[in-house]
Amino acid sequence: MSPGAIADVGAVSTQIRRILRELGVEPEVVRRVGIICFEGETNIAIFTKGGRITLMVWDDRVELFFADNGPGIEDLELVRRPGYSTAPDWARELGFGAGMGIPNMEKNADTFVLRSRPGKGTAIRATVWRKGNERQGSSAGPGA
Amino acid sequence: MNAREVARVLGLEPLAFPHPEAEVGGGFCSDLLSRAMAEASPGDAWITYQRHLNVVAVAKLKELSLVILARGPEPEPEVAARAEEEGVNLLRSDDGMFELAGRLYALLAGDPETHPAERG
Amino acid sequence: MKLREVAEVTQAEVLTGRELLEREVDKGCGADLLSDVLSVVEENFLLVTGMVTLQAVRVAEVMNAAAVLIVRGKRPLEPVIAYAEEAGIPLLATQKGMFETCGLLYSRGLRPTRFRRVSEYAG
Ligand SMILES: Nc1ncnc2c1ncn2[C@@H]1O[C@H](COP(=O)(O)OP(=O)(O)OP(=O)(O)O)[C@@H](O)[C@H]1O
Ligand SMILES: [Mg+2]
Repeated sequence: MSPGAIADVGAVSTQIRRILRELGVEPEVVRRVGIICFEGETNIAIFTKGGRITLMVWDDRVELFFADNGPGIEDLELVRRPGYSTAPDWARELGFGAGMGIPNMEKNADTFVLRSRPGKGTAIRATVWRKGNERQGSSAGPGA
Repeated sequence: MNAREVARVLGLEPLAFPHPEAEVGGGFCSDLLSRAMAEASPGDAWITYQRHLNVVAVAKLKELSLVILARGPEPEPEVAARAEEEGVNLLRSDDGMFELAGRLYALLAGDPETHPAERG
Repeated sequence: MKLREVAEVTQAEVLTGRELLEREVDKGCGADLLSDVLSVVEENFLLVTGMVTLQAVRVAEVMNAAAVLIVRGKRPLEPVIAYAEEAGIPLLATQKGMFETCGLLYSRGLRPTRFRRVSEYAG
């Protein structure tokens, strides 16, 4: 799925929710994945010219991959800090720019990996476990 | 009612409080600076989640009695420093906008029951 | 509090979801910033917002909110109303501002939602 314009923000996460529900994924997992996806697609829409979101559903977990060819992130620690935001004024006027997106993603994921190359782009992998609340899940099923 | 009294009753933490005697005439809520510019009235206490430096400029321009930062991350130190410089009252709270508005609304309406609501 | 009472107290117009007015909401969240809404840790709350964008309705959907109450007499465009209708999210609109709206609902017993505390985030 490819998020595009700012007006489409939320389209991918609501679509993903429907898919997950049809697959019978647990409501709590659907909710967390929905939040992660919403924040991720918002960032792609605001800070890049486009990207890809991939959803993978396993018996034991749901994974979301975000990849874009945007400007990348210089300081990976800084963007994880609640409140840090470089959102432009137009985005703030649309209700974005609290600097809570990446912290929200991280908090709702069991594992969260953020990689970025300045000038090249950003990639994020977020995993939500389906059974219990195992934090460091074993990797059952095909690897990612 | 002045800003000091509002701060006391709502349990606000001052970040910059140069004019505690300022009269609080009403309340206003928005996270959008443009809305605050267009719609807030002089003397209003502005409840917002926005922690941008420009919040101080808007509060000053609109002659607001105080800015209440609703629950959220600690603002950058220069925000408080700027507020002090510009003579803007800037306070923070751990409560969200809905609760702050609810309690301030009751307080300004003279409702004695403005103690923090039971949570949870 | 039932949505019907929410509409009465705030003199709101029901834009869509008329058949869902018996729905019970007991928590309220006032916000324009969507990330703030996305850190609410409860469901079935009333989202009070000044945003009339499609994104705001989608946030409500993702968060399993009970309904959206739009303040300051803002009216969303038709496609936004149609989307909410399809998603089963009642949309209400009041002429009153956010401050008064939250104030009135709070005084009628609507409680604030809980949020994820900022201290819970990695820093
Ligand atoms: N895909 C991306 N490409 C480049 N920079 C990014 C990307 N995602 C996030 N950033 C940077 O990280 C910062 C923090 O992102 P985060 O999502 O936490 O907050 P925000 O988007 O600014 O505000 P909010 O998400 O609360 O609306 C952004 O302001 C931006 O500078
Ligand atoms: Mg973001």
